[in-house]
Amino acid sequence: MPEIRLDGLKKAYGHVTVIEDLNLQMEDSEFTVLVGPSGCGKSTTLRMIAGLETVSGGAILIDGKDVSQLEPKDRDLAMVFQDYALYPHMNVARNMSFALRLARYPKAEIDDRVKKVAAMLDLSPYLDRKPGELSGGQRQRVAMGRALVRDASTFLFDEPLSNLDAKLRGQMRAELALMRQRIRKNMIYVTHDQIEAMTLGDRIVVMRQGKIMQAGSPEDLYGQPQNMFVAGFIGSPPMNFLPVEVGDENGRITLVGSDLQLALSNAVAARLANHKSRSIILGVRPSHFIRDDAGSIDLQIALSEYIGAQSVLTSELCGRPVHVEVSALKPVRAGEQLRFSLNPDTIHLFDPETEAAL
Amino acid sequence: MSIQRASRLTPYVFLAPAAAVMAIALLYPVCYMIYASFLDWNPSQRIGEADWIGLRNYINLLSDESFHESFWVTLKFAALVVGAEMVIGVGLALILDRKLRGMSVLRTIFILPMMIAPIVVGLVWRYMYHPTVGLFNRTLADIGVSPVPWLSDGDWAFASVVIADVWQWTPFIFILSLAALQSLPQSALEASRIDGASGWQQIWHIKLPLMMPVLVVTGLLRLIDAFKVLEVILVLTNGGPGLSTEILALRISRTASEFRELGYAAAMANYLLILLMVLTLGMYFYNKVIEARAVRLRKAAAAAAAKEEGA
Ligand SMILES: Nc1ncnc2c1ncn2[C@@H]1O[C@H](COP(=O)(O)OP(=O)(O)O)[C@@H](O)[C@H]1O
Ligand SMILES: [Mg+2]
Repeated sequence: MPEIRLDGLKKAYGHVTVIEDLNLQMEDSEFTVLVGPSGCGKSTTLRMIAGLETVSGGAILIDGKDVSQLEPKDRDLAMVFQDYALYPHMNVARNMSFALRLARYPKAEIDDRVKKVAAMLDLSPYLDRKPGELSGGQRQRVAMGRALVRDASTFLFDEPLSNLDAKLRGQMRAELALMRQRIRKNMIYVTHDQIEAMTLGDRIVVMRQGKIMQAGSPEDLYGQPQNMFVAGFIGSPPMNFLPVEVGDENGRITLVGSDLQLALSNAVAARLANHKSRSIILGVRPSHFIRDDAGSIDLQIALSEYIGAQSVLTSELCGRPVHVEVSALKPVRAGEQLRFSLNPDTIHLFDPETEAAL
Repeated sequence: MSIQRASRLTPYVFLAPAAAVMAIALLYPVCYMIYASFLDWNPSQRIGEADWIGLRNYINLLSDESFHESFWVTLKFAALVVGAEMVIGVGLALILDRKLRGMSVLRTIFILPMMIAPIVVGLVWRYMYHPTVGLFNRTLADIGVSPVPWLSDGDWAFASVVIADVWQWTPFIFILSLAALQSLPQSALEASRIDGASGWQQIWHIKLPLMMPVLVVTGLLRLIDAFKVLEVILVLTNGGPGLSTEILALRISRTASEFRELGYAAAMANYLLILLMVLTLGMYFYNKVIEARAVRLRKAAAAAAAKEEGA
């Protein structure tokens, strides 16, 4: 399978620049997820790769060859659209076989491929139906099937699950993850849902306003976010950001907030050498608060949301609302006063001006 | 209860004026015409004095050579103009359905002919077809081609009226096709590009099939209209030379005014009416079939979704 590279890719509509200087390398048979808030340019990027949108600058290279001026059909890729984009007047079998019929494959081979893919996607009983006769989930699978039958070298997905209801979405996400293990192909998947991104991607590219904020494995993004945007975007409930000062307590670097004091380990403290007595942002994942009756963080619980194995507590710390995730084994009621501690090795630190990780 | 009844009657109250106008302006003349078609009626008689001759007018028409000729001319005319208009109108729509600068101006210019009164269209074309000073023959003379008997030769005259009608009514097909094209699902067209369809294949496999319901109805509407055409041909050729362009509407008017056979003309008009009724019913049932299919698809989709819920 080929390697895809975006080289200084740009897109502008008139004077409005939507994508600026996008550089990205997608390795052979990698599942890359483009994720970001709505309007950040994910679809535009994908559509430029597909050839549905012209490129305003830069290049798209597939195996080193610039394809940015080629027609979609000459790029050897298949795409699944958000609204499925099925051909309403063709039945499921003809929808799936359209590309093969255009390419004049022998009829026996077309039938064979369609049958195989239909069986894989549980669509065999519906081959004679028109898209209008199918449920949302079935239409979605037909759209997948139409892409799979092609056997193209690269698959593009533009929010393929976002039109499904929550239960079906979870189910399809799992099916996609399974399918992904069987089919080793280049896949580029666009979503605004960070859970989809985390469960499916080998590599996640977080975008914001047409720029890449960070690209890496799900573990990288969750464990070492390079900026506050990524830190806040990946993970649910999102990371808490608390304004603190860098203080010096008898030679030990300490973070000081209005109702918080946290002594840092030497390794972490070393990163703050240039920030002594300055304001910085402390980032704490809700699950990193440790219930500890001897802890120094004293929280008045305003709200306790039971979500199964966990409860999400809402409180206030350093003048900011904070979320804390605790095991639901010990029920917590709103109004309770609880103590927590933090492991200094699990915290994140950010520069308040550049929002970059320290 | 009386309030309920009043509110149920309200729509009919509002419909009443329109219904009254319809009854006077449409139903009355149609009934009059149907009654007249059973009479041997001469314009100098009052309708009460005319002889009742039953179906004789209808039977005589079946073996009337001139009526046959006229019927045939009408069929040929309708088929040719609607065929040509569909091909040109849909073709233009396919070509002009794109985002180019100045396209909206071009589209407006294209639909101008449709806005001109048919009598005026007839007069303009008659002038252009004029054997010596007309635009066409003068242009032909300029490039050294001998003049064409646009309106004085039977075959040429037929072609001339067809051309004038195509010029006037192609825009009708064009705007409806363009509207249909622009409401096609864009993502399905994009999907077909990715699936490898060329421009032609997109037109053939996606655009035309999806436009078909609109095209069928548009074509039927034009066909109904083409069977009733009168003014342009009246002005251009008045049915001649010979019977070469004498469409049914003209034949009916001549039978009534020139041959003074009102009952016979009424019977002829009724044959035309029956033909138009068949076309109208065809259109009606086509719409019903399309609707029924949509309902069936929705039901099946709902059933599929319900089954999925249960699973
Ligand atoms: N045809 C267009 N003309 C002008 N602006 C557009 C067009 N298409 C998209 N945009 C703009 O480009 C930005 C990115 O859009 P898109 O790629 O669809 O975002 P996403 O898929 O990440 O939600 C949006 O701000 C959108 O308004
Ligand atoms: Mg999008």
